[in-house]
Amino acid sequence: MADAKTLDERLPVHGMGQIGTPWWGMLCLFATEGILFAYLIFSYAYLGSQGFQAWPPTGGPPSLSLAIPATVLLVGSSFVLEFAKRRARTGDIALARVALVIGILMGAGFIALGLKEWSDRPFSLSTDSYSSIYFVLTGTHLAHVALGLIALTVLLVWSMTGRIAPGHEQHRSLITLYWHFVDVVWLFVFATVYLAPRLA
Amino acid sequence: MSPVDPNPPISPNPPEIAATLEAAWGEAPGLKGWFGSVDHKVIGIRYLFTAFAFLVVGGLEALVMRIQLARPDAAVLNPEQYDQLFSMHGVTMIFLYALPVLSGFSNYLWPLMLGSRDMAFPRMNALSFWLFLAAGIFLYLSFPFGAAPDGGWFNYVPNSSSEFSPGPNIDVYCLGLIFLGISTTVGSANFIVTLLRMRAPGMSINRLPIIVWGTMTASVANLFAVPAVSLACLFLWFDRNLGTHFFEVSGGGQPLLWQHLFWIFGHPWVYAIVLPAMGMVSDALPVHCRRPLVGYTLVAMATVATMVVGFGVWLHHMFATGVPTLALSFFSAASFVIAIPSAISVFAWIATIWTGRARITVPFLFFTSVILLFVIGGVSGVMTASLALDWQLTDTYFIVAHLHYVLIGINLFAVTGAIYHWFPKMSGRMMDERLGRWVFGLMFAGFNLAFLPMHWLGLAGMPRRVYTYGSDMGFSSTNLVVSIGAFLFAFGILLFFINIWLGRRSGRVAGPNPWDGPTLEWAISSPPPVYNFAVIPVIASRHPLWEERLGDTGEKSLFAEGFLLDRGKETLAVTPLDGEPDVILKMPGDSWLPFALSVALMPLFGGLLLHSVALGAFGGIATLIILIRWYAPGGDTAQDEAVRVYG
Ligand code: HEM
Ligand SMILES: [Cu+2]
Repeated sequence: MADAKTLDERLPVHGMGQIGTPWWGMLCLFATEGILFAYLIFSYAYLGSQGFQAWPPTGGPPSLSLAIPATVLLVGSSFVLEFAKRRARTGDIALARVALVIGILMGAGFIALGLKEWSDRPFSLSTDSYSSIYFVLTGTHLAHVALGLIALTVLLVWSMTGRIAPGHEQHRSLITLYWHFVDVVWLFVFATVYLAPRLA
Repeated sequence: MSPVDPNPPISPNPPEIAATLEAAWGEAPGLKGWFGSVDHKVIGIRYLFTAFAFLVVGGLEALVMRIQLARPDAAVLNPEQYDQLFSMHGVTMIFLYALPVLSGFSNYLWPLMLGSRDMAFPRMNALSFWLFLAAGIFLYLSFPFGAAPDGGWFNYVPNSSSEFSPGPNIDVYCLGLIFLGISTTVGSANFIVTLLRMRAPGMSINRLPIIVWGTMTASVANLFAVPAVSLACLFLWFDRNLGTHFFEVSGGGQPLLWQHLFWIFGHPWVYAIVLPAMGMVSDALPVHCRRPLVGYTLVAMATVATMVVGFGVWLHHMFATGVPTLALSFFSAASFVIAIPSAISVFAWIATIWTGRARITVPFLFFTSVILLFVIGGVSGVMTASLALDWQLTDTYFIVAHLHYVLIGINLFAVTGAIYHWFPKMSGRMMDERLGRWVFGLMFAGFNLAFLPMHWLGLAGMPRRVYTYGSDMGFSSTNLVVSIGAFLFAFGILLFFINIWLGRRSGRVAGPNPWDGPTLEWAISSPPPVYNFAVIPVIASRHPLWEERLGDTGEKSLFAEGFLLDRGKETLAVTPLDGEPDVILKMPGDSWLPFALSVALMPLFGGLLLHSVALGAFGGIATLIILIRWYAPGGDTAQDEAVRVYG
């Protein structure tokens, strides 16, 4: 006679990392967003190779004086947030929160430097094809950083109000992972906008 | 009358377990249950219904065009109206019918075929449906204002730049496609994760139905292709509204960039709207031939190969635009190459019919006609792929004929056949076969009468996208035949809807497996219970229901014993490759969030269209709030759970 029984064996519920499904969903997001940036960079290269003799057409390669500190801030914030995640996992919530706040401030610093850089440009969005792709490429990335910052802030609030219980470490891991992704994308954007014109 | 299949379902559903599962999985009562449903079967049917509604709208647009073109020098439409009609017809058919209808099938069928209780992300599944509907409404709201897109479905610049097309029409196109792109992306990610994780134990890669291969391939392609068109649309919107110079020549912009980005997307997309349909033929046709598909492995690999080549051939659409000759010959070759994987599927189908014992059912008629139409469409496609001919034929009715043979031949005929095939599963009742034969006859005759002569029109030099022609050009009588054929075809489709309606109301009761099919969806009752499988089966072969008759000597699939998962709304996830049980997933219940999110995106996109910061900001903030609620950690924090089994 067939009937229902409970075994001694146990299976994880939801599961962390690659055992759960959200991690795989995140991977799909990275795939589609990553290719979006690839198309942006393709467009940058295409416009540069077809239109003008020099690229950027005026004023030479953009200066590194703000871009390098911004890059250091962003890359650094990834390490800080990774640290925060690991502390939280071992139960050291207080230190994790402090690191989270520092990471958020570093991300905000990146945005501030980016906006400063924008306002320092001698051209505007509608000047020519270079200015168009410059603002849209860096702007798309800035928008991703801004979204990441909102997510981190919400995470901080959840952590302070006790919504993130030990079983919810997945939220923290995935938001951190997303931040790393945005960070890696920046390295490509940086290489395209700041380094490539110096090599050419 | 007794059911077609009087036997009980092979997968057991004992009453006491059914009651527990029903309580956990059943829909919430009232409005919340309706707007908040996350059941993949409900979502799948909604997708099908909405896609067919758009088919009707796009079809009516086509009929109006054909009235205008039935005789020379007609004045039913003026040129601007004709432009809007063919553009909306193309946009509707390509974006709002052809892919969504396949998503509908996949949504409905995947968990049933894979032996799971739902898709990986049920709320995202609901979201992709609501977004699809919202984007469709967004595109169509402009229609009554005469502001509908009018630049053709591929919307070439500079024709669509603000200089040549100053009204809001093209902005609607740009924003509408970005909007719809979110739906497609969300849906594709869901299919991919579902395939990787949501299968019955033992459902390994080499046992997947071909439709799963098809939709899987299309989904991966969409993930990589949709951003290209979204970006192109974003650029164009910037050019038109903020004075940027992406395509605008005066500031160093490149009109050809539009074509590159559009066809990086467009080419894989064309395969995305045929591969799942070909998968449906590969899965359903063999059932009516009473034998397994010939060449399963080759067909599965051809499916993936088609897409890989598909990404490479985007340039062939730009033969007429002056890309350097070297690149041209490469891409011409690649377009021929694409014929090989498609031919493999065709040969596999023919061999299946040849070596099987065919039952001449309505689905069988539709599926065999797919083969015929596919061959005609494929040959004319190869003709256009060869360079010399392309220069001659681009922008004539030859292209219009080719494109309809491919799209209607492989998509619509396959879909209609698939409805006849799977309708019994969805509704529990059969569609009338006699009426179905009429439907098939009318559709097949009408279609060929309408579109075969278009080849001649093209060779005789009739250009596409013209709103009329002179009586002295010698096109008149052929055009009249074409228009008559179009109405015959449309009448066939009308009869098809009547057939569905009658089937739902008074069709013969089907029973679990009326066609005697081999795959898992036929192992449960028709229509299936909300939780699909009361006991998760363990799969040991590609044809779990045919193991006896095929004389499989190896291990047998198990239905009577397996995982039970009856502690709340839960299901099983497996390891991506081997299909080993891995983790128990607690599934979300009905939720307002997906519906609310797609409603919130309306003011966001509306604000962009109307240049209203307030409206856009309202939509944006609402979107953020909903997203935060969506991802807020839930109450349940159990780390693991004892396994419950049945048997
Ligand atoms: C009753 C059935 C149909 C009829 C009579 C019909 C007729 C037409 C006509 C007259 C045109 C315009 C040709 C021109 O002036 O250039 C057209 C274009 C088109 N049709 Fe159809 N069609 C039908 C169904 C479909 C379906 C089912 C699909 C797709 C699944 C489809 C996809 C297209 C596309 C993509 C275009 C090109 C639009 C453009 O030029 O941008 N059609 N069709
Ligand atoms: Cu093509």
